[in-house]
Order: sequence, then structure tokens, then C-alpha cells
Amino acid sequence: MSASPLIEIRDLRIRFHGDDGRITHAVDSVDLSVANGATLGLVGESGCGKSVTSLAIMGLLPKQSAEISGAIRFDGLDLLRTPDQTLRNLRGNRLAMIFQEPMTSLNPSFTIGDQIIETILRHRGGSRKSARERAIELLRRVHIPSPERRIDEYPHKLSGGMRQRVMIAMALACDPRLLIADEPTTALDVTLQAQILELMRELKAASGAAIILITHDLGVVAEVCDEVAVMYAGEIVERAPVDDLFSAPQHPYTVGLLGSIPRLDHRAEQLATIEGMVPNMAQPPAGCRFAARCPFVLDACTKAPPPLIEVSPGHLSRCIRAPLERLVS
Amino acid sequence: MALLEVTGLVKHFVAERSLFGRALAHVKAVDGVSFSLEAGKTLALVGESGCGKSTVSRLVLRLIEPDAGMVRFDGRDLLSLDPNALRAFRREAQIIFQDPYASLNPRMTVGQILTEPLALHDLVPPAERRARVAEILRLVGLEPRLARRYPHEFSGGQRQRIAIARALAVEPKLIICDEPVSALDVSIRSQILNLLRELQDRLGLAYIFVSHDLAVVKHIADHVAVMNLGQIVETAEADALFASPRHPYSRALLSAIPLPQPKAKRATVLLEGEIPSALNPPAGCRFHTRCPFVIERCRNEAPALLADGSGHATACHRTAELPSADAILPAAGGFSPALAKLVAAFSRKTEGGSPAGVGIQGAAPTTT
Repeated sequence: MSASPLIEIRDLRIRFHGDDGRITHAVDSVDLSVANGATLGLVGESGCGKSVTSLAIMGLLPKQSAEISGAIRFDGLDLLRTPDQTLRNLRGNRLAMIFQEPMTSLNPSFTIGDQIIETILRHRGGSRKSARERAIELLRRVHIPSPERRIDEYPHKLSGGMRQRVMIAMALACDPRLLIADEPTTALDVTLQAQILELMRELKAASGAAIILITHDLGVVAEVCDEVAVMYAGEIVERAPVDDLFSAPQHPYTVGLLGSIPRLDHRAEQLATIEGMVPNMAQPPAGCRFAARCPFVLDACTKAPPPLIEVSPGHLSRCIRAPLERLVS
Repeated sequence: MALLEVTGLVKHFVAERSLFGRALAHVKAVDGVSFSLEAGKTLALVGESGCGKSTVSRLVLRLIEPDAGMVRFDGRDLLSLDPNALRAFRREAQIIFQDPYASLNPRMTVGQILTEPLALHDLVPPAERRARVAEILRLVGLEPRLARRYPHEFSGGQRQRIAIARALAVEPKLIICDEPVSALDVSIRSQILNLLRELQDRLGLAYIFVSHDLAVVKHIADHVAVMNLGQIVETAEADALFASPRHPYSRALLSAIPLPQPKAKRATVLLEGEIPSALNPPAGCRFHTRCPFVIERCRNEAPALLADGSGHATACHRTAELPSADAILPAAGGFSPALAKLVAAFSRKTEGGSPAGVGIQGAAPTTT
């Protein structure tokens, strides 16, 4: 991995102002960076802020209601202070995104070819004929059979797995430096998920792009990511190289998550459960946001927000009780 | 005797009709499915979208009428029941759906939702219904005072508890769980799975557990039936199936599940191509278009589901010749020693002695 990251997020905070005047703290003091060619997994449950973070990178949050502060440095630019015109030139070009729902993210009234060609012409220019050739080449790269014929089909003729391949082909159209994939396989059957994950690994090896993979599935993370960031209630609670996170997690929430998934490689009589509820993000708690559900909680946890501390090289945890091994030895 | 016996179940839906209403094309959703289920046990129906697993579950309850086959529940032939007898049968078999946001009536309070089945089957005298509702709510780990609330005031996991409570209200012998945890977050998922197991132990329920997730199935099932395009391709005791899957499709499904274990050493069977349509299933073995072990015979002749001495049945011409499945099986020991200790400590402390999943839950803060 190179020394200077491709994308670097510093102290990102996102607040949503509701119609009723309520303010929701969606994301708080998030620091992240991804090096060229690396894959970062962003993990967490519904409402933890992982998708909002990715939309902020893409500049896709509504300006009226979202208040964003901090910095997102990408390729020498601060994306939060970049004019809209420049952002439009970046999106679909050097920054690309794949969404969860391949059924709704393609336009049903244009052929898949039109939609890929539009992206190429918008960013690369050139003739329509050469763009069409490139589109066929891209469809071939994502293993769509007989792409010369498929290119003229409408999205409704394709299955879910095929549509997700088309989305990936479109995202790759202009050789992005950063690809954000938001739950790219969640809507797919397991055998198709395996095909798409294999495809993402293959494409990463070929293009050297950096990938941010947003998912709730820790199995997917273990298979494709180099580094993982776990989010809870708008904050990153743990960040680690993938091996460390799975062998020696340093935040109680991560321990709970790992213990709560049924696994093929481990038979548990009872699965771990995380009792209680996610805090109300209109009034986040003063101390650690996980304190109310944490079995290892101390008085100090509820007094002040815990800092993100480095437990071992590259392994950060937002827990004052880390390293957690001390608690069980 | 088995609680439920299903033999040769067939359901073809009409996909297209001519101008005069003659059927032109059929989706062969379920095509000759047989299985049986003992009281107090769990049978998992596993397969991908469109394999017919949900259709089977609805046929078993006679929510839709089969074209052929037989369903016997507790010795009675379900398909010959008249409407009154059918209604009485519904007391003994209930269903929980995938989406707890769609399966509860938003205009009824939880109390009304749970009282309705009691009144419908006239199980409890009106004066005692409130007490019974409170009892059922406690059984699924919710506080009785929540009976006055509406479904929108609950989180997804709590709603699924209410759906389970509604199914339990009539004291059934069989509950069909149709993807009951697929719509839930991982930490909530484990609460519901623990609750289902706990209730089974306590009340002696039988489950038909419909799921696409083999890791969940491994955790909960006693017996597994793997379905592909309307047919069962392999069925066995859960331990036997997970220890040595035989059908190439079962192997592919197993190996496709990402393991939460980085650098796990195991081979993956990547299936090529798409899932064929049930409108026009392939001739011969319905899996032959995607099977890595396909031979000429598979294209022409449909294999029968044949059981060996132990009851492990496989529908594959090449069962005896297939290589060992050891390479695709996950190595045991997914938990590092440190993680195992931490998870144990985590569980011990949160549960505080009460069985997991049935600690009483208070009201949810409304999350919008």
C-alpha cells in the first residue's frame, strides 16, 4: 500500500434538520482513509450512518436538510468544498458507486447500452461508435454472455444478478479510482452473490481501484476486505486490519456482532444477543454510545465520550476498556 | 407417527392464458414434493428465489390449493376438510412471515391483534382474554403494558416478536416460519432465533423453517430439505447434510456462503450462469445447466430422490461417483481462542442468568 491515501476523511459530521426542527446526529467525527488498491469494509446495522457517509463522499446528500462539516480529501480536492460542476465531472468518472437495488437503479425506459454509453460520452467524449464498442467490452468484462446482443436489451429483460453486473459495468465505464459499493449483493441469491464477489475481486486485481464496501454481512467482509471499520450510532467504534478484527476484536459491540451470527464453521448452542436498543440520535448519550447495551460498562463510560485509541498497530477502538483480553484472562 | 406427512405435492400456476382463457404456460412452482415432520422438530426448506419453498409452505396450510398430492396432519387428510374443519385446523398450524412491517395491521393495537385469534377460535372467555394476552406477550419477551400500542411504535425485531406471539396465541402444534429473520439486523436476528428455539423446547412446537440462509438453517434445523426449481434434490438430518453434502447443488449453496473467517481455507464451487426459469425448467435433471458434474444422462433423464440406509436422500445420477465434499466444507474453529472467551463473557454478562432472547423488553423509543 502506498503511503498517501487516495481518499482521506477527517472529522466528518453530518446532521439532518427535520421539518419539525429536530436535529438527528447521523454521523459524528468519522476519520477514514483508503489507499490505492485497498478495500475497506464499512460495517454496521441499519441506521448506523454507513450509507450516509458514502453519500457524503459522492456529494449526494440533500443540501437543504443535511449539514456537513469536516473534510473529504480525494486526489488533492476537498470534496465538501468542491463546486457542483467539478463534482459532476468526478461522479461516474473517477468516483463511482454501485447501489443495493439493481431493480431500481437502472432507468427502465432506456436500453442498458444507452445507459452505459451515456456515461462514457459524458466523461470521455469521442464517437458513439467507439463508446458502444467500449460498452460491449465492459459487459464482457463483467461476464455477461453474448454482450453484442445484450447491449440492446432493456433492464426488465435481465435477471437481478445480470442487472447488478450491468451496474458494475457502468460504474467501471471510466476506470474509477474509487468505487463505493453499497450492499452490492444483499438483494441477490447466495450463488449469485458468490459470482459478484468473485467478479469484484477480479476487477480490483485488474484495475487497482480502491473500494469502499458497505455491508452488514461480516462474512462478505472477511472474504473481500483488507481493512474494516465498524460503525455504531454514527461513530466508528473500531477500525482494524481484517485478520485482527476477526481474531481479536477490541470493541464490545464488535464482539457482540461476531457472537450473534450463526456460522457454518462454529456451532453455538445459544447465539450472543445485544440487549437493548440503539440510542435516539436526536439526543445522543453524553458518554459512550454503546454504554447502555454493553456488558463491560463502567461508571466512567457514561461520563465522557471515549476517544478512538490505538490498541495495537493499526487497530483502533473507541472503548476505554480495551484491550479487551484483559477482561477475560 | 409423524405430525405432518406430505406426499407428491404438485402446484402449477398458470402464467399465460389465451384469449379464451385456456392456459398456455405454467410455472411449475412445486413438482412432486414429499417429506414428513415429527412433532417438536424443525424441518428447514432451503433454496434460492423461485425454488418453490414458500409455495410448499402455503400448500401445507392450504392457503393455496394443490393440483395433486396429499397432506396429512395428525392423521387427518387436509385436502378433504370442509371449510369448518379447515378453520379448526388453522388453530393447529400457524405461519410467521418475513416482513414484520407488512404482516401486522397498522390500525390495530397489539392487544387487538392478539385478542383476535382468541376470539375467532373462541379459546378464552372474553373476561380472561386480557390476562391471556399479557401472558403471551411475556412468553415472547415483551412487557404486557405494550398491548395498548400500535405496531408502528415498535422496532423490526419487536414486531417479529408480536407476529410470533400472534401465532402462539392459538397454541398451535406447527408453525411455519417463512424467512422469519431475513429482514432483521444481525444482532436482532440472533434474539429471534434464540426465542424460536426456546419456545420450541418449552412448548414442543414443530417448525417448518423456510430460508435461503444455510448458516441460519444449520443453527436451527433438525432435518433439511434442499429445493431446486420445485423439487427436493437432497434431504437428510441436518448434521449429516452439513457434514457431507451430496448433491452438487447443496454443495454449491454451502460453499457460496461467505465465512466470517478471513483467509478461510476452502474451495468454492462457483456456479456458472443464471437460475433457469420455473416456466420452462430444463429437461432431465433440472440442475444440469449449472452442474459442474453434468454428464449426458443428466440432460435426458430426471434422477429420482433415493435414500440410503440412514435416510439421507439425494436426487443425482452421480451420487456414488462424486468426489468427497471435504474440500468445500469450512474448517472448524471459526472462533479464535480470544474471541471465544470474549463472546462467552459478553453473553454471560448481558443475559444475567435469564435465557437469551426472552429477557423482557421495554418500549422502543420511536425511531423516526
